[in-house]
Amino acid sequence: MGDPADLTIAEAGRQLRDGGLTAAGLLDAVRRRASMTEAQLHAFLTIDAEGAAAAAERADAALARGEDLGPLHGIPVALKDNMVTRGVETTAGSRILAGWVPPYDATVVERLARGGAVIVGKTNMDEFAMGSSTENSAYGPTRNPWDPGRVPGGSSGGSASSVAVGSALGALGSDTGGSIRQPAALTGIVGMKPTYGLVSRYGLIAFASSLDQIGPFARTVEDAVGIFEVIAGHDPSDATSYRGPVPDARAGLAEGPEGLRVGVLRELSGEGNDPDVLEAFERTVDALAGAGATVTPMSLPSCADALNAYYLIAPAECSANLARFDGVRYGPRIGGDTVEQMMGATRRDGFGPEVTRRILVGTYALSAGYYDAFYGQAQKVRTLVVEDFRRAYADVDVLVCPTSPTTAFRVGERADDPLQMYLSDVATVPVNLSGDPGISVPVGVDRDGLPIGFQVIAPALGEAALVRAAAAVERLAAFDARPALATSEGAA
Amino acid sequence: MSAWEAVIGVETHVELGTASKMFCGCPADTTAEPNTNVCPVCLGLPGALPVPNERAIEMTVAVGLALGCRIAADSEFSRKNYFYADLPKNYQISQFDLPLCLEGSLDVEVGEQTVAVGITRVHLEEDTGKSTHLGETGRIHEADAALIDFNRCGVPLMEVVTEPDMRTPEQARAYADELRAIVLALGVSDARLEEGSLRFDANVSVRPAGAEGLGVKVEVKNMNSLRSLQRALAHEIERQTALAEAGEPIAQETRHWDEAAGVTKPGRSKEQSSDYRYFPEPDLVPLHVGDEQRDRIAASLPELPAARRARYRGMGLDAGTARLVAEGDGLDEVFEEAAAAGADPQAAATWLTGEVVAHLRRTDARLGATPLDGAALAALLAMIDGGEVSATAAKAVLAGVLDGEGSPREVAEARDLMQIGDAGALEAAVDEALAAHPDEAGRLRDGDMKLIGFFVGRVMQATGGKADPRMVSDLIRGKATG
Repeated sequence: MGDPADLTIAEAGRQLRDGGLTAAGLLDAVRRRASMTEAQLHAFLTIDAEGAAAAAERADAALARGEDLGPLHGIPVALKDNMVTRGVETTAGSRILAGWVPPYDATVVERLARGGAVIVGKTNMDEFAMGSSTENSAYGPTRNPWDPGRVPGGSSGGSASSVAVGSALGALGSDTGGSIRQPAALTGIVGMKPTYGLVSRYGLIAFASSLDQIGPFARTVEDAVGIFEVIAGHDPSDATSYRGPVPDARAGLAEGPEGLRVGVLRELSGEGNDPDVLEAFERTVDALAGAGATVTPMSLPSCADALNAYYLIAPAECSANLARFDGVRYGPRIGGDTVEQMMGATRRDGFGPEVTRRILVGTYALSAGYYDAFYGQAQKVRTLVVEDFRRAYADVDVLVCPTSPTTAFRVGERADDPLQMYLSDVATVPVNLSGDPGISVPVGVDRDGLPIGFQVIAPALGEAALVRAAAAVERLAAFDARPALATSEGAA
Repeated sequence: MSAWEAVIGVETHVELGTASKMFCGCPADTTAEPNTNVCPVCLGLPGALPVPNERAIEMTVAVGLALGCRIAADSEFSRKNYFYADLPKNYQISQFDLPLCLEGSLDVEVGEQTVAVGITRVHLEEDTGKSTHLGETGRIHEADAALIDFNRCGVPLMEVVTEPDMRTPEQARAYADELRAIVLALGVSDARLEEGSLRFDANVSVRPAGAEGLGVKVEVKNMNSLRSLQRALAHEIERQTALAEAGEPIAQETRHWDEAAGVTKPGRSKEQSSDYRYFPEPDLVPLHVGDEQRDRIAASLPELPAARRARYRGMGLDAGTARLVAEGDGLDEVFEEAAAAGADPQAAATWLTGEVVAHLRRTDARLGATPLDGAALAALLAMIDGGEVSATAAKAVLAGVLDGEGSPREVAEARDLMQIGDAGALEAAVDEALAAHPDEAGRLRDGDMKLIGFFVGRVMQATGGKADPRMVSDLIRGKATG
């Protein structure tokens, strides 16, 4: 394939530096890919043609001067629409923020700009990142480039879709309960949730503050590491930001799996997974063992309760985080006779059903008389999850399990069944509760040709071990399938 | 009438005098042009995050220590959830079950009596914006439009909550006064009630005198001075006592003090049982105040008002003067300097709380803005003692010093107020006076000593008040008997 839109970030970086490619040319390539696929995929909410062209021009000028801004210099990157961009509409997939143009940039946006990245646009998402299919966007669903009849996963489905199809070489998503890893699995790309606190949340429109973490989408583990290096690091504007040095994730790329202690997370690696998913997972685990890793089954009983705890803690935090959308200062306003009526009408009109459901659940879970039984109990489970993981890491370096129990499901299939939809997150939620890092790597396809994700998780700040295992999985699986829409024939 | 007693607890909000707001870098200046000291954080824009103001935390710990509180090594911020247009996030970052300071006590002097007021807690939170309702009446429900100024939003607010340990409006006022003095002594707030940087709410109930349980509690708000705190409580206690005596129920409610009408009125009844759904603020990490930090703050505490008053009393001041000097704006500093320069403490204090304060009031000036310092005051007192200026002339000299005319001696000389202490010059003036009033002089020589006063007056008049009246009197006595 000669289309620059299909290059990895690493390869594009080499060509940009040796003069075989310009940032402007690379931008043209991904824009062409977008123009061929957007009508079917709807990965983007806003395409910032002007801003991207200017950024590409600056990137080329800097390269011409001999300046090298790092792994994303000149690389087209897409941004989930819950990260605020100065001067570019930001809606978080919600009608309640329709037309809102932020007066400031998120810290990750500043870091991308400093790193010479070319931000191509804002990607579609489940409203306020609540969902696992990107069907909950107020602006219509995003579809999966492997099969437009299917969902790309969520909530960062737009970012995942854009990278899978080649309308960006990398993207940022946010992961509160699996919103990076699950769509990465369903679209056949790499998605990484770093340790909580390594990437600043300043300018990320909050869903659940104690769980939200920004991370990269890319087509290779190495490319994900490159994005991670640009966006990670202490930010004085985020009080929960980690103050110590960023772990050397890149160091894990070169090391092989020999001697790596791998724990198979028993509760999440058996029943409940599709047979094809399980088969691909087990094949990969065997390959790791064959390559010299030590494989041990590990039991983490609290993981069985993690999903329930998650669906109390996340709604509780969101019920407060989303209180600010009231029509007083920004966003659309529906009038009323009193301020209270105006706020109520604005919120009823502005929020979709899933967001409304979670606000109600969260409000209830925090109410006097129910707090201890719901929010308080969920926090105790969270503590148990943290302790279970800590115990496990005494014996193993990383834990593994399938990222998602199923491959991409059909658009509409789970839309009316919230509980079935919530089960999509069963394997990804535990590390959001523990704050630990996780990554999904594509390892095969199912009988329908849909990609299957393999999840590696590691202790907090264990990004080097995480990447070491993920890179080994990537090499062993040698996944090279491409989605139908990523070729000009498929896009026709 | 003494069959009922009141039980009073006071909640005080103190706007801290930090340079920046509680959770962002905006200037904590509420007087600027509306909505100029704002940013994504204090406007609650999507994506913005709070970062706590270390200085505000230290100030709160300092107040906690001054109130004898235990400083929690581990505390946390919580979200207090309620919808209000001037609260941009629709939750307030406050502290709930884990405040910074707890379990303190403050001794309050009321007349001869000392009351120990328990301090339940001292915690830190953020202030809200300020709404202005436009319309003819200025009432919310009749307003045509509402304007919101977010300059105040996010200004650090410290809340001090007492136990229900006060029994009279006087005690509550004395508590409020003492707390204000402490806040001023620590320099953590300008503590101006009329500008809202110090706000008092009181919880008050009545019960049969000597009873153990508590009656139905009413929260009284909107008292903008110490005097209105006392008046509002007196009124509210009278109201509740009348209801209790008539056997009528007292409603648990919030009432607002109407200063002009001199009564409390029920608040809007929107405040049903409010459930604030507090939970730990996930955007902030738990607060930790280590022993070392706490001890450092404790070591840097200035002398507290009670200790200062006790020391001044030890220097010979009476209780009332000691309080006036200790709490007057800048009086303490000048007083201490003057005493250190050798002035008699009681004399220095009398001049400061009398003539100096009166002059400042007349000229609407602050002591710190005048050139009067302790050395100048001591010099003036020494001139009075040494007979160089009369007490009357000294008042004029002091006014000159305060108005910037120079040192006491320079002013006295420039204004020609130095006392005539030269016996020769005075004797001439006495002779002149005797000569001018021959009849009286004759009667004086005949032994009518009452006339000494008459001639002293003549001489003082003739010398423009500069003569030393004692010397004049002695001279006249000498002439009469000589």
